[in-house]
Amino acid sequence: MKEKAIVQGFVSNTSARNRRGVIWHVLFQASTVVGIVALIALVLNIIDGAFGYIAYEARVDPDTLSVDGTPVESQNKEQLLTLLQTTLSSGAYNKLEDEKPFAERSREEVYQLVIERIIRPKVVQVWNLWDSLTKADEIRATVAQEYPKAELDFVSWLTYDFVSRPQTSEPLTAGVRTAILGSLWTILFTILLAFPIGVGAAIYLEEYASDNWLNRIIQTNINNLAGVPSIVYGILGLAIFVRTLEPLTSGEVFGLVDPTTANGRTVLSAGLTLGLLVLPIIIINAQEAIRSVPRSLRNASYGVGATKWQTVWSHVLPNAMPGILTGTILAVSRAIGETAPLVVVGASTAISFDPSSPFSKFTTLPIQIYQWTSRPQDEFQSLAAASILVLLILLLSLNASAVLLRNRFSRRL
Amino acid sequence: MTTNNNSENKYVIETHSLDIYYGSFKAVTGVNIKVERKAITAIIGPSGCGKSTLLRAFNRMNELYAGTTIKGEVTFNGQDIYAREVDPVEVRYRIGMVFQKPNPFPKSIYENIAWTARIHGFKGNMDELVEGALRQAALWDEVKDKLHQSGLSLSGGQQQRLCIARAISIKPEVILMDEPASALDPIATLKIEELMQELKKDYTIVIVTHNMQQAARASDYTAMMMLSGEGERSGTVIEFENTNIIFTNPKDKRTEDYVTGRFG
Repeated sequence: MKEKAIVQGFVSNTSARNRRGVIWHVLFQASTVVGIVALIALVLNIIDGAFGYIAYEARVDPDTLSVDGTPVESQNKEQLLTLLQTTLSSGAYNKLEDEKPFAERSREEVYQLVIERIIRPKVVQVWNLWDSLTKADEIRATVAQEYPKAELDFVSWLTYDFVSRPQTSEPLTAGVRTAILGSLWTILFTILLAFPIGVGAAIYLEEYASDNWLNRIIQTNINNLAGVPSIVYGILGLAIFVRTLEPLTSGEVFGLVDPTTANGRTVLSAGLTLGLLVLPIIIINAQEAIRSVPRSLRNASYGVGATKWQTVWSHVLPNAMPGILTGTILAVSRAIGETAPLVVVGASTAISFDPSSPFSKFTTLPIQIYQWTSRPQDEFQSLAAASILVLLILLLSLNASAVLLRNRFSRRL
Repeated sequence: MTTNNNSENKYVIETHSLDIYYGSFKAVTGVNIKVERKAITAIIGPSGCGKSTLLRAFNRMNELYAGTTIKGEVTFNGQDIYAREVDPVEVRYRIGMVFQKPNPFPKSIYENIAWTARIHGFKGNMDELVEGALRQAALWDEVKDKLHQSGLSLSGGQQQRLCIARAISIKPEVILMDEPASALDPIATLKIEELMQELKKDYTIVIVTHNMQQAARASDYTAMMMLSGEGERSGTVIEFENTNIIFTNPKDKRTEDYVTGRFG
């Protein structure tokens, strides 16, 4: 339709206005597409590293371990035990016995020990998933030519064993159990500190604090604290929790000093540090949620003679809870992924035992990933990729449970 | 504060030279009215003249709006409700309120009333109390089979009657109604008006309304508010009389213009 002035003085020109709208529409759609492409690229990149061919060689040739012509893989448990006893030092052998008596171990477990301790396979080369899928023949040729003794296997670095084994320096037997437990312990203390204090502060600031200069300064500071770089919190945590409060965070005052820790570099310190880090975020989100509770609801409550606390407890909090939980989920997700403050607070990079109490030394998944990615060998990059997948799965499952919790709250209303 | 029903006093609420401020802005000036016991008093007037502000001053709801202060006096059964020793919670317990937009709690119909009774320490038979309040609010027959459904599942008119049931469940002396029917259709409005006539037997009612027919139909006394003082920016009660007189023979020319629709 040709544009013309239907009413004098107005040129409605709807087609041009619609065209302008279409341009914006396309731009916004493009932004979304860029975001999704970036996300897909990220996931593909991680998956690319976490699966693929590996070539590995035995440090000790299994053929030399044959007894009476029986190759090592078909020897029975007694023969394997003899092999262990004769090859390992008595100290190492006794330590294994202490961990779990050999009498209780199955033949498979003993065979696993023989591989780990005696044959000790060594990764000579790894390929990523893309190459493994597209150049399998080339890879086989390379291995046959360059590593005649090596075996070639298509592996997933992310396996149940990877998740359930403690950390070791051997890529083929390394696992992230220590790091997963460290992350979970840390997050537990983060939530324990940040959730009640954060929600409490938000209630105070929204419902009780009067609008004076002091409270305005506090509010401004909280807003600014939410943007402080996380490493600064690390330094704060180091000064307060690790150094000043060492008797507390090392468990000394409770008489519970973990033999493995001599200082305050514990799960507790890390959790509290991350708690401080996410506290402003939780406060701000909770304030937002509390503020969004409609005035009419508060009026209804005050109008029937409820006190402030009755109103807050019975109406404001239940209605704000879904929002508060959403904010907490976001904050805790951030805390799970934090690396820098934990490096400063003193996360261990290489420990192989699980944290067993708040006063244990610890490592966390991001620290583990950071440590592995900083190694030059390709196999550690693959380990890092697998642990990133573990971290993402952990994050998603924590978020999913929080979302379920939130939906339960929303439904009750 | 005294909560005994000292019925020898004809007037429940009285104001003496009441000024209401929002910060430094004087929203209402010099109000002197007396609210008669077990009668319906309507406050009418154009938008923005301070009707709701005045109503909220009667049970200290205005204090929930930051920066609101008053000068002058509001008495309830002769007691100054703004006196230092008076707890605003106690005031709102004796002087209940129903709002413009129906605002049942997002709880079940039953809980809307039960919670209200519980916070005031009700220890008796809750089922009886809930039924009684709902009957008095003429809602029982409509909701008796779905007491445990959300109060928000009701229609607007039913929600408003639930709010009234909630308000009367704790047996206040006065019910303040801030344009209780303005969000409702004519049939629901009529039900609220009929209900007010019923409630008048037990309660004193003060109602703010935009709807002059409603004031004329439902109220016994009418306070006409208008922006007048402070260079026509501050509202005040220009005439307070029997509703009949306000609508048939007002003394003030502005009242006459307003109620006959010539205002503006």
